Amino acid sequence: MSTAIVGERQWLRRALDAAMMLVLLVIAWQALYAAVGEVAITSPLGTVVKLAALLHSQAFWRNVSASANALAVSVVIASAAGVAAGLALGFHRFSGVVAEPILTALYTLPKVTLYPLVLLIFGLGISAKIAFGVMHGVIPVILFTMSAVRNIDPVHLKTARVLKLTALQTAATILAPAVVPEIFTGLRVGFALTLLGVIIGEMFASQRGLGFLIINSMNTHDVPTMMAVIMALIVFAVIVSSTLLAIDRRLHRRG
Amino acid sequence: MAASAEEEKARAEGGARAQLGPSALHAQLKGIAKSYPAAEGHGVVHALGPLDLDLYAGEFMAVVGPSGCGKTTLLETIAGLTAPSAGTVSFEGREVKGRVPEGVGVVFQEDACLPWLSVWDNIAFGLRRAGAAAEDVRARVDYAVSFMGLGSFAGTYPAQLSGGMRQRVCIARTLVLEPRLILLDEPFGALDQQTRLLMGDELLRLWRETKATILLITHAIDEGVMLADRVGVMSARPGRFIELVETGWPQARDSRIVEEEAFGRLTAHVWSKLRAESMKALGREDDGGGGGRP
Amino acid sequence: MSRASLVRLAVVAGFLLFLELLTRTGAIDRLVLIPPSEMAVHLWSMFRSGALDAAMAESFSNIAIAFLLSVTLGFAAGLIIHALPRLRRLVDPLLASYYAVPFFVFYPLLIAIFGLNRWPLIAIGFAFGAAAMVIATLNGLDRVPRVLRKVARVHRLGRGEEIFLVILPAASPHLFTGLKLALAYSFIGVLAGEFILSGGGLGYSIAYAYDAFDNQTMYALMLFVLTLAVVLNAALHLWEQRLLRRRRRA
Repeated sequence: MSTAIVGERQWLRRALDAAMMLVLLVIAWQALYAAVGEVAITSPLGTVVKLAALLHSQAFWRNVSASANALAVSVVIASAAGVAAGLALGFHRFSGVVAEPILTALYTLPKVTLYPLVLLIFGLGISAKIAFGVMHGVIPVILFTMSAVRNIDPVHLKTARVLKLTALQTAATILAPAVVPEIFTGLRVGFALTLLGVIIGEMFASQRGLGFLIINSMNTHDVPTMMAVIMALIVFAVIVSSTLLAIDRRLHRRG
Repeated sequence: MAASAEEEKARAEGGARAQLGPSALHAQLKGIAKSYPAAEGHGVVHALGPLDLDLYAGEFMAVVGPSGCGKTTLLETIAGLTAPSAGTVSFEGREVKGRVPEGVGVVFQEDACLPWLSVWDNIAFGLRRAGAAAEDVRARVDYAVSFMGLGSFAGTYPAQLSGGMRQRVCIARTLVLEPRLILLDEPFGALDQQTRLLMGDELLRLWRETKATILLITHAIDEGVMLADRVGVMSARPGRFIELVETGWPQARDSRIVEEEAFGRLTAHVWSKLRAESMKALGREDDGGGGGRP
Repeated sequence: MSRASLVRLAVVAGFLLFLELLTRTGAIDRLVLIPPSEMAVHLWSMFRSGALDAAMAESFSNIAIAFLLSVTLGFAAGLIIHALPRLRRLVDPLLASYYAVPFFVFYPLLIAIFGLNRWPLIAIGFAFGAAAMVIATLNGLDRVPRVLRKVARVHRLGRGEEIFLVILPAASPHLFTGLKLALAYSFIGVLAGEFILSGGGLGYSIAYAYDAFDNQTMYALMLFVLTLAVVLNAALHLWEQRLLRRRRRA
C-alpha cells in the first residue's frame, strides 16, 4: 500500500516540477522578446495566437500531413530494420564485434553531409526525406538492440535448457522480456533522431512539410508563423518523448 | 598449552593496562545517539545509542554486533565523519565536531584506494597534502611500503591488485600519517579466512610498532576476541553496548592465541550474548536457548 | 591487430572497392556518384591549391568555439546542478528529453536574432554539445564512490582540494565521455547549420557545390568532412583508452 502512495506522490511531484520548468521557460522567452523585439521573435502570447490561427488553415495541415507521413514511414523502417539488424549482430557475436566500431563511427558522423548523395539517389520527393529519417534513426536502434542481446544473462539460457523449453518458447518467454526494455530505449532514441532527420531534410530540400514551412517563413520574414510552427514541433516532440520515456521507465522497472 | 611464567606475567600486564583508568583516556563518547528520518515520512529511525564508551590510550578494542546495529555509525561518529544526534564525542580532551581531528586514521570497509594513483602515490597522498618535505615523504612512504610488504608493487595500480593487497595499501596510507587513533571498519570483510587471519597478525604487529589506540569493527566474533584487549558487544538496532568483555591477552600475541582455552571460552561467552541480539536483527523470536527441539 | 580489426578493415576496404567498381563501370551514374579515387584526387588538389583554406578556417574555428563553450559551461552547469538537489529535480526531465527535441528548428530563429553570421552556428553547436557535457558531468559526479569522499575528509582536505584531488580524478572517465560527445555534437551542429543556411564554411561549400552541379568538388568535400570526423573520434577514443588503461581491472 505504501508503494502506491509513494508512486502517486512521485507523479505529482514530477508534474509540478515540469510545470515550474515550463513557467520559467516562458518567463525567459518573454524576457528575450522584451530585449530583442518584434522583428526577431514573437512573444509567447503572440505565438500561441498565431498557432491557433494556423490550426484553422488548410495549408498548415497539408504541411503537417506531409511531415507526418514521412515521419511515420521512416520510424517504421528504421525500427524494423534496426531491430532486425541489431538482433542479427547481437546473436552472431563476431559480426557484432566487427560492426560495432563502424556503427559508432557512423553514429558520430555529421550525416547532413551525406544529404546531397541521398537527394541524387532518391530525387527531391518524400522518399529522400524518408531516407534522411531512416539514416538518422536506424543506428541507435541497432546499437541498443545489439547491446540488449549481448546483455542477456547466460543463466536465463541455462534455465531454459533445464526446463526443456523449445526454441520458440525460449524466445517468447525468456529472451523477449529480457531484451524488450533496452530495445525500447533504442526505439525511443531512434524516434527522436528520425524526427530530427526528417525535419532537417525538409529544411534543406523540400517544398512541403513543417521544416520547409519554418525556413520559408524565415525567408519571407514571417516571424510569427516561424515561431508558431517551431513551438508546435517542440510541443509534439516533448509529448511523444515523455510518453515514450514513461513507458521506458515502466519496462525497466518490471525487468 | 601450559602457561609459562613469562606468559602469565605478560597476561597480567595486558590485563592491567586496561585498568589504567581515566588518566589514560584517549577518546570518549557520552550519551551518543544517532537517528534520522525514515523514508517518506514514516517517522524516525533510531540507528544508534544512547551509549557511552571510554577508549584508553594504546588499547586494542574490538566491537562486534549483529548487522544493522550501527557499528559503522559508531565508528564514523568517533572519527567526526558523522555528527551525532545527541551526546558528545571527545578525542584527546577536545570535542570532535564536524571535522576529522588530526591524529585520527580510518580504514574503510570498501575499497578506498584512489584508482588513478599508483600504490606509492596512494600511500603518499595524505602525507603530501599535509605539507611534509619531499625527502621526508619519500622516507616515510618507503618505510610504510616495506612495512606492509608492498615492496614489489609500489609502481602498480590498484586495479591490478587483489582485495587484500588493496586493503594493505589503504592501511599503509593511514599508517604513514602516524595516527594516534586508528579506526578500522570491517577492513577484512571481503577477504577469505586465511588472508583474514594473516592480516590480523599484521594488524597486531602494526599496533605494537605504532603504539596507537585501535578500534576495530568486525562481524567476526573470533576475529574480535583474538585480536583485542576488550570486546564491546553491541545490541541490535538501536545499538548499545550490552557488555564489555576483557580478554586479558598479553601484548605480544598473534593469531595462534586461538590455541588458548580462554579463547574458546571467551568466544562462546560473546556469542551467547550476541545470539539473542542477532535473532532480533533477523526478526525472529529467541526460542529460549539450549540445544535441540523436542 | 586482432582478427576483428582485420575483418573490419577488409569490410571497409571492400566497400570502397565495390563503389569504385560500380562507378567506374557505369553501373552507378556519374551524375549520382563519382569514384572514391577521384574524390580523393580532387580533394588533394583542392588542398594544394588552397581552395579549402577559407572554408576550413571558418568551420574549424566555429566548431572549436562551440566545443570549448560546451565543455566549460556544460561542466560548470553540471557542477552547480549536482550541488543543488532542488535545481536538479527541476532540470532532470529537461535533460532526459533534451535530445528528443529537434533543437535544430531553432536555427532559423537564431539567425533572425543574431543575423546570418557565425553566432547562430556556434549557438547550435553549443546547444547540441553542452547538454551531453552536463549529463556526463552529473553521471560522473554521481558515480564518485562515497568512500572516496570520506577519504578526503579523513585526510582533512579543504573543499577545493577535495574537488581537484579526489572528485575530479574519480569522475574523469565520465567527463572524458562528455568531452567526446561534446566534440562530435559541436561538429555535427555547426556543419548541419552551415549546410542548411549560411555564408561560409565547409557545410556551406558542400551545399553550394550541390546547387552548382559540381559533383567533383562536392564529393571531395564530403570525403574530407567524413574522414575528419572519423579520425577525430578515433583519436579521442585511443587517447581515452590510454588514459584509462591503468584504471581497468586486470
